[in-house]
Amino acid sequence: MTQQASQGDPAETGPRPIVPYLRLPDENGGDAYLVGKKCPECGAIYLDSRIGCAKCSFVGDLPEVRLGTEGSLHTWTIVHMSRPGVPVPFVAGIVDMKDGISVPANIEGVEPDPAKLKFGMPLRLVTDKAFTDAQGRDVIRYAFRPAG
Amino acid sequence: MQEVAIVGAAMVPFGRYPDQEAYQLGARAALDAMKDAGVGLNDIQIMSCGQLMATSGAGQRVLQQIGQTGIPVVNTANACATGSTALREGFMSIAAGMHDIALVVGQERMGTGLTYAGDESEGYVGSGTMPAVFAMAGMEHTSKYGTTIEQFAKVAVKAKKHAAGNPYAKYRDPVTLEEVLNSRMISYPNTQFMCCPNTDGAAALVLMSMEKARQYTTKPVRIAASVLTSDPWTERDLILVDVNTLTRNAAKEAYERAGIGPQDLSLVELHDCFATAELLHYDNLGLCGEGEAGRLIDDGETTIGGRIPVNASGGLLSKGHPLGATGVANVVEITWHLRGQAGARQVENAKVGLAHVIGIGSACTVHIMTN
Ligand SMILES: [Zn+2]
Repeated sequence: MTQQASQGDPAETGPRPIVPYLRLPDENGGDAYLVGKKCPECGAIYLDSRIGCAKCSFVGDLPEVRLGTEGSLHTWTIVHMSRPGVPVPFVAGIVDMKDGISVPANIEGVEPDPAKLKFGMPLRLVTDKAFTDAQGRDVIRYAFRPAG
Repeated sequence: MQEVAIVGAAMVPFGRYPDQEAYQLGARAALDAMKDAGVGLNDIQIMSCGQLMATSGAGQRVLQQIGQTGIPVVNTANACATGSTALREGFMSIAAGMHDIALVVGQERMGTGLTYAGDESEGYVGSGTMPAVFAMAGMEHTSKYGTTIEQFAKVAVKAKKHAAGNPYAKYRDPVTLEEVLNSRMISYPNTQFMCCPNTDGAAALVLMSMEKARQYTTKPVRIAASVLTSDPWTERDLILVDVNTLTRNAAKEAYERAGIGPQDLSLVELHDCFATAELLHYDNLGLCGEGEAGRLIDDGETTIGGRIPVNASGGLLSKGHPLGATGVANVVEITWHLRGQAGARQVENAKVGLAHVIGIGSACTVHIMTN
């Protein structure tokens, strides 16, 4: 879903989001947040750019909506082999958002130990720096941590 | 529709062939399948060829190796179901009455290492590696039904036990449950022994109309159903690949078309790309009641000698998974069992076999064969 991810305009500097559906704070501050495209007919929400709805076949503009920060852990795995350079092990999961969409994410703040991971555990969105890209820009990602 | 029969079946042992091109492996399998059927290239009226990682003309390159007769060639690319989609093309051309004899080839040479979604978000925004995706699908099953990690691991033990009798499988050494659980962790709960290895390979089938088949053999294997599905919209499918719904849809349609149910099956070759996947598909194919897959492997019902042997070949966990070859090879395996030619791993008195393949992104095939 990240085929449109900005690899960085060489003219731009400063932090950039790792995926296009993550919005970073602008000059007015505020929190980073996720956005989705919501079908005006059936309410299905998507993370990617699209011209219509996979669920109900509506064709037309899917307005962008700001997603909340609360979710719960639907399923997970502990990844020991990933792209070269990625620190392992880490917990990868699918998070069901209260908005009615699921998102992929790393789960932070929990040891990568099967005994510590609970299906349905409440989570909240956080953002941090993933890495610095070849142009020297900070690449910001979102993740989830146990809520409360 | 004309009835369609398998008259020739062959594969090259899955393994590593660094000095041969995929189309050369495919050509060897094609020659062996035609020999098995008792036909030559001049008898073949159409060819379909599955190879996922090919520039163009995968099937034409096979014919350039063994004989260019000018027949129509259809090339398919449909994720892991690439080879079985080629089979369906051959099936349809005969079922429709367009042709009487078709050659189906699946072939692939694989690289090394992990198959991963290779963009910069990998590992920072979850994981799209195949072991991780199927691990999460397996963990979903543990959440819904209480399936255990040991039950998933038993799939790998069974696979290797079966593979010991299959000279076409690359990995044939037996493993214990402890060895599976203690092998290198790739993506919990999938350890190295629970992930299919990278291998090269090819497989081929000669299909005929049943009327034509009876001129060549007294033991035609009938294709009772050939079904292809893609993902319908489901709740999380675009985020966590749903390997279940399209498999259930394909199985339901195949059982209806064949006029049989899962209780009639003698054996199944299903898509065990990861040990976690196999148990999901016990449920999806109706081999057991909903959520009972763990019990099925515990009770040995899917081991050769059990009620419904699954992956008597050793499965992808033992053979490896040369993408284009896989979907043809598992029908070759079923054909051998239905003919009583499966050697040490023969399922006794096999009458009905089901072959299942699922490709992410998405394509699922189910073929049902009878003797
Ligand atoms: Zn819609």
